[in-house]
Amino acid sequence: MNSGPALVSILRQGSYLIASVHTALDDTEMVRFRRDLIDQIGRYRARGVIIDVAALDVLDSFGFNTLRSIGEIARLRGAETVIVGIQPDVALAMVELGMRTGPVATALDLEEGLDLLHARLSGVPDRSSAPAAPS
Amino acid sequence: MSKEQAPIDATQTSDDSNDSRVTTDSTDGADSTVSAEQEQLLPQLVAHLREHRAKLREEWVGRIRDTHLLQAMTPQEMAAETTSVYDNYVEVLETGSVEALQHYARDLSERIIPRGVETHEVVGIVLLLRDVLARSLFEKYQRDFALLNRVLDAYEPAANRIANTVAVSFVDERERVIRQQQDAIRELSTPVLPVRERLLILPIIGVLDGERARQLTEQLLNGIRTHRAKVVVIDITGAPDVDTNVANHLVQTVDASRLMGASVIITGLSPTIAHTLVTLGVDLSKIHTMGDLQGGLEEAERLLGFRVKRKDGAPTP
Repeated sequence: MNSGPALVSILRQGSYLIASVHTALDDTEMVRFRRDLIDQIGRYRARGVIIDVAALDVLDSFGFNTLRSIGEIARLRGAETVIVGIQPDVALAMVELGMRTGPVATALDLEEGLDLLHARLSGVPDRSSAPAAPS
Repeated sequence: MSKEQAPIDATQTSDDSNDSRVTTDSTDGADSTVSAEQEQLLPQLVAHLREHRAKLREEWVGRIRDTHLLQAMTPQEMAAETTSVYDNYVEVLETGSVEALQHYARDLSERIIPRGVETHEVVGIVLLLRDVLARSLFEKYQRDFALLNRVLDAYEPAANRIANTVAVSFVDERERVIRQQQDAIRELSTPVLPVRERLLILPIIGVLDGERARQLTEQLLNGIRTHRAKVVVIDITGAPDVDTNVANHLVQTVDASRLMGASVIITGLSPTIAHTLVTLGVDLSKIHTMGDLQGGLEEAERLLGFRVKRKDGAPTP
């Protein structure tokens, strides 16, 4: 679909979709990413979506709002979304610009995001990721 | 004018008679003559002030005591400092160069600022000295009003410059101290401490301003990434006051941490601060708070699934 190297890869892992953003996307690419991802949620009947933005050191408000709308649309289609890998500078800029994730969950990295989805989707409290208490 | 002037001052030398002759026909050549005369007057002044040094200094110290300035200093120190201030003062009048005075004033400020001497006191004593000396000049030249005027013309600009120099030096020194302290505070950067796996503590000590709050947030976010923290306890017991700005910074810090997947517990809100926050109307509803650091740690351990047990099996509080 894209010419040149893929800007985003969307991988399927069980009932989860893992989308990694490799580089900063412009508005058109962002919109295309949203369309592709939402298509795939329907096609694979995904229960959870992880969007990994660890490679991004900037995220503008359009990009952020698109990610957020992905979360909201995915929820309407029956999938939970977690945004993972937000860098410290990006997080700081986001709160300073007053961006709120609303219903979309965030986690430190891919591993945490998977744990979070596991916890949410199996209905147990979010403790699965905690290391076992020393006995 | 010259008729009156000639007999007035016994200390006047032959130069002065010269001078008065110039003054008589000075109506057209005015300016240069006047300044030349002032240059003559200043050494006279200085000689006068040197001569009556002990008496004038005593009077000055008396005035300082009456106005309750410099109470942080002992009488001996006061005597020593006033003597050197006096000498410096007269020296500036003599040489017209404020450099030595500047140096001395800075030095003096360095010694007295840590003892709580205020700007108004320093300026106050210098102005007192200026008044005491002016008063003695009045006394000396009271019989000749015109000469007195010229003496004051020579004295006042120099005296004002001295007062100005001392005040500026003092304030400069103060600002230097303040800058130094600010640097020291900045270097006391807030540590981000890992206490358990995935649990960080951030104790905030001292005043939070915008700059420091930003730095702190950055450190915390980097700490979250480095230590893969899941829970952060921010303890603000050591923060003396919280205003709207600080509260908003805290909210931002909490939000930013949440974006990185860590939940934040704020502890150590004193009754006063809690009351202030409620009065200010800061929205803290989304912020998890606990009364003290202990409570915060217990809650954090609960969130992380730790349970602390005593070895002998006794129940933990």
